[in-house]
Amino acid sequence: MDWFAHPENTKPLGLLIFFVTFCAIVLWVYGSKKRGKKLEEHKNIPFLDDEDEVKDKSNG
Amino acid sequence: MSATSVAAAEQYDYEIIKKFSIMAIVWGVVGMSAGVFIASQLAWPFLNFDSPYLSFGRFRPVHTGAVIFGFGGSALFATSYYVVQRTCQTRLFAPGLATFTFWGWQAVIVLAALSYVMGFSQGREYAEMEWPIDLLILFVWVAYGAVFIGTLMKRKQPHIYVANWFYLSFILVTALLHTFNNLAVPVNLFSLKSYSLFSGAQDAMTQWWYGHNAVGFFLTAAFLGMMYYFVPKHAGRPIYSYRLSIVHFWALSFMYMWVGTHHLHWTALPDWASTLGATFSIMLLLPSWGGMINGIMTLSGAWDKLRTDPIMRFMIVALSFYGMSTFEGPLMSLKDVNALSHYTDWTVGHVHSGALGWVAMIAFGSLYHMIPKLWKTEIFSVRLINAHFWLATIGTLLYITAMWISGISQGLMWRAFDDFGNLQYSFVESVAAMHPFYAMRAIGGMFFLSGMLLMAYNIFATIRQGVRDADATQARSAAAAA
Repeated sequence: MDWFAHPENTKPLGLLIFFVTFCAIVLWVYGSKKRGKKLEEHKNIPFLDDEDEVKDKSNG
Repeated sequence: MSATSVAAAEQYDYEIIKKFSIMAIVWGVVGMSAGVFIASQLAWPFLNFDSPYLSFGRFRPVHTGAVIFGFGGSALFATSYYVVQRTCQTRLFAPGLATFTFWGWQAVIVLAALSYVMGFSQGREYAEMEWPIDLLILFVWVAYGAVFIGTLMKRKQPHIYVANWFYLSFILVTALLHTFNNLAVPVNLFSLKSYSLFSGAQDAMTQWWYGHNAVGFFLTAAFLGMMYYFVPKHAGRPIYSYRLSIVHFWALSFMYMWVGTHHLHWTALPDWASTLGATFSIMLLLPSWGGMINGIMTLSGAWDKLRTDPIMRFMIVALSFYGMSTFEGPLMSLKDVNALSHYTDWTVGHVHSGALGWVAMIAFGSLYHMIPKLWKTEIFSVRLINAHFWLATIGTLLYITAMWISGISQGLMWRAFDDFGNLQYSFVESVAAMHPFYAMRAIGGMFFLSGMLLMAYNIFATIRQGVRDADATQARSAAAAA
């Protein structure tokens, strides 16, 4: 436990944990084509309730 | 993916969003008027009128408080309540608590402004509110978090759309920042004054950890949440890459926390701390530009909308300013550049390219999109939006150009030596040299404020039109029933 009390140990450890976590997220996002396709489907969520809207005349 | 259909707007809680939207416009007008006033005071000092109540020192936090927390904050409350309901396809959790966030937040802005004019300030930039107001913010913010998280928890859509991630990170981090930056011991229960728990360099570091993360999470992450919903929605096409938005979110969240110390280069702060801040600032360029490209590329294949649609133009120009200021920020965080730019007007220009160009413009675009939908009508005048767009763009460009010239001139004049090693210019000579640029900045602000006034009128007319349409429909239904 004493090892954890020293900032010179915990700072690089923290950096390592964050860096590895971030790399894992990037791998998770881009690592599989099938997962990628599923993730990309979520981009349509804002359009699921389109039928309620009044057409905005300024929109092109 | 669940394709739950939501039949009518009545299924959503729009009343609270309407209130916050109106107050965003009101605080926009108030805050930007205060901004033009203090910019004019710097150019024409007689405008201080020898009155402490009207002095620059007291009015500056009135301006920053009203635009950041009044205009920006109200726009964020409004859009986050709108986006979370529509993307989760459910009504707001605890509407009574949401109403409390409205009145509580408005009380915070009013009390803060009054206290500044009366001369009460705890002297922490963007957190000048004294401790009783800080406590009120704490209660409002916890209520806000409960409403937002509660709504996410009762969602009908299994996936939490990325815009909500950005809003959630803004709510959580703002709570963290506000709490630690304002740790203080009141002088006594009946005094507004308090002692900070930190002192010296630690106090400065806490302040700028708060200060830059307020920029990072209040003025960036939250407005990116706005961008990730309203840009695709208004363009009528989904975001360019959902996967890029996920990486954008996590990269911003991991990196922003570390950069605050770049505000304290060449001070009593340990050198490693300021180097760390600069290093993370440079790395932030990648996610920032990734997000900007993601937003702009959403228009890929529909660029013609930029010609015909001023709301789309607001959004895309906002993203361009986001890209520009997130390039300029890392550049200014380099120690050698900072040695020239720090304490000069260049910093003020940089802040306003982000605040006017990115924050205000993406908020304008989103409010113009959302408000007609709240009142189930069309916008009163597209031509007025177009005029607003050009006034805002010209105003921003005048402002930042003036501050670039003035800031770089200041930096160069302050470090110029003559042949004998003495300073070449006195400080007052540098002040006199700035005068034309201070006038130019005030004029830029006047352009921006004029656009805001046009927006206020356009929105007022839109709401009036919506209310009349609703009354007419109701009257027709009543007549048909009779």
